[in-house]
Amino acid sequence: MPVSGKISFVRLLRSHLERSRRRPEFAFGIGFSGGYSIVSKRRVPFEAGSGPGILTCMVYVHNLTKRYGNLTAVENLSFQLERGDVLGFLGPNGAGKTTTMRIITGYMPPTKGTVHIEGVDIFEEPLQAKRVIGYLPENPPLYNDMTVMEYLTFVADIKQVRRKEKKSRIIYVMEKCGISEVRRRIIGHLSKGYRQRVGIAQALVNNPSVLILDEPTIGLDPRQIIEIRELIKSLSGERTVILSTHILPEVTMICSKVIIINHGKIVLEESLQKLSEDMRSAESIIMRTRQNGEGVIEKVLALGGISNVKPGIAGEYIIVPKKGAEVREEIARIAVENDWGLLELRPVTNTLEEVFLKVIASEEN
Amino acid sequence: MSAFYPVLKRELRSYFASPLAYIILVVFQIISARFFFLYLQGFLQFQLDPSYQLQTGDLNLNNLVILPYFGTISIVLLLIVPLITMRLVADEKKNYTAELLFTSPIRLRTIVFGKFTAALILLIIMLLLSSVNVFVLMVHGNPDFGAVFAGYIGLFLLGASFLSIGIFASSLTDNQLIAAVISFGILLLLWLVGALSDAESTILGYLSVINHYEDFGKGIIDLKDVVYYISLIFLGLFLTYSALESERWR
Repeated sequence: MPVSGKISFVRLLRSHLERSRRRPEFAFGIGFSGGYSIVSKRRVPFEAGSGPGILTCMVYVHNLTKRYGNLTAVENLSFQLERGDVLGFLGPNGAGKTTTMRIITGYMPPTKGTVHIEGVDIFEEPLQAKRVIGYLPENPPLYNDMTVMEYLTFVADIKQVRRKEKKSRIIYVMEKCGISEVRRRIIGHLSKGYRQRVGIAQALVNNPSVLILDEPTIGLDPRQIIEIRELIKSLSGERTVILSTHILPEVTMICSKVIIINHGKIVLEESLQKLSEDMRSAESIIMRTRQNGEGVIEKVLALGGISNVKPGIAGEYIIVPKKGAEVREEIARIAVENDWGLLELRPVTNTLEEVFLKVIASEEN
Repeated sequence: MSAFYPVLKRELRSYFASPLAYIILVVFQIISARFFFLYLQGFLQFQLDPSYQLQTGDLNLNNLVILPYFGTISIVLLLIVPLITMRLVADEKKNYTAELLFTSPIRLRTIVFGKFTAALILLIIMLLLSSVNVFVLMVHGNPDFGAVFAGYIGLFLLGASFLSIGIFASSLTDNQLIAAVISFGILLLLWLVGALSDAESTILGYLSVINHYEDFGKGIIDLKDVVYYISLIFLGLFLTYSALESERWR
């Protein structure tokens, strides 16, 4: 059978090439390892040898690299998430967020690196790993000719939800996402907000322990955004959630951890608690007086505990205190003493926006 | 394979929820029935011809009605199959539902096989509808049943190989129209290579989809022809699988 022989040879060659693209060391290893079937069955790759983390973490991403031709979309991305973590995944457009999420969900393989979901490699044992994932892509994957109910039943079927739980699970997610009243409507006729919510319901139908949401609140009106946020908040807890978004206040409200990526690399990885402490300690004070007086800057600086004073327009001064120093009372006192005509004295907190822009800007330089 | 049934069900639902399947069935039935009637008319006129009595061995119902009728059906299939298969994979890409399918715990081959089976069921319905005409003929005349049966086996294999090529074309693009044009192009090419050389002994003659059909019409089920069609079906499905798989690696 020369024909089938050719096909199986092509497949063999292809699978080898694929493997060696992901792990270049195998490209030459084939000769002396005597076949790579042993290698391919390894559940834990040797290069990710940082110990027990792989098996205990809910999501274990190691050295992820994805290249499209010459373009490197993601480079050496590594992070780990425990049960209950809610990760805010931030970055400017084209930073590689969607690519990373697609790799984690097993939609596309990485050029290099590994992803383990609950200790299972998503590319070695995709069927097992994909069972516990719920994924809402950037564009909700909806069949426009089906009703909401039919669609969710189909998703439950292909996600291998047990027959006994199927019905109750579908009713539960429809209620949770507020789409019960449209369950008999054709998806193609639904508004953008409903479509997005059907998309979220679809991601929840298999009761996933890892939930991956690519910009879940895009295209919703402000009231729906708040509803979806509440929904995501209520879903976290026993689940691990990865959430990519452009809306930064959303992250402060929902997430427990933040990763900012730019040009496919992590530029900031921090727990939200630590981040907000940092932001608070870096706050500055704006003082507004009737007019720019003489020697104000010198007198304020002389107070001590102040690292910088910059004059603004129309009698405004931006005062940056040293870390942890409480200087507002002192400033108020000398302002009254010197009769500067104090009109306003208020703290300015760094927002996540500013942190984000600063991190991105420092990366670009 | 537990995901096979839901994929199949969804595809069938999608065919019959839109007017597409009904339009295809109606158009197919009208065209084939019209030609059937023409062939039958021709046969009846022949009977009045005095020379008919001399050639009665050749001029029977099978040769004058059923054989050309099956020929017409095969040409209509060539035209209609691209319309059946064009949306099967292309639409998944266009609606981003490919992302749902490929991140679900199902194998790619289950998806491809489910879609192919759905199209196959539509094909079977078409052939069953067309058999009504032949059934009427059987009630009022006595054509060779064996030849009719073999002819339908042949049409089924021919249609199935068209479908598998159509699915492959659909997996190459996210545009239904382009998918239809590609599959029509491939099918027409496979059909016409036979015209370049009549003899089956040459390679081109062997590749032709229609040369392999001729024996079925005469009531001969040759293993060689069956193998040809089945390998064409598997080639189409394998190429579909490979096209989808390699797209993820790009």
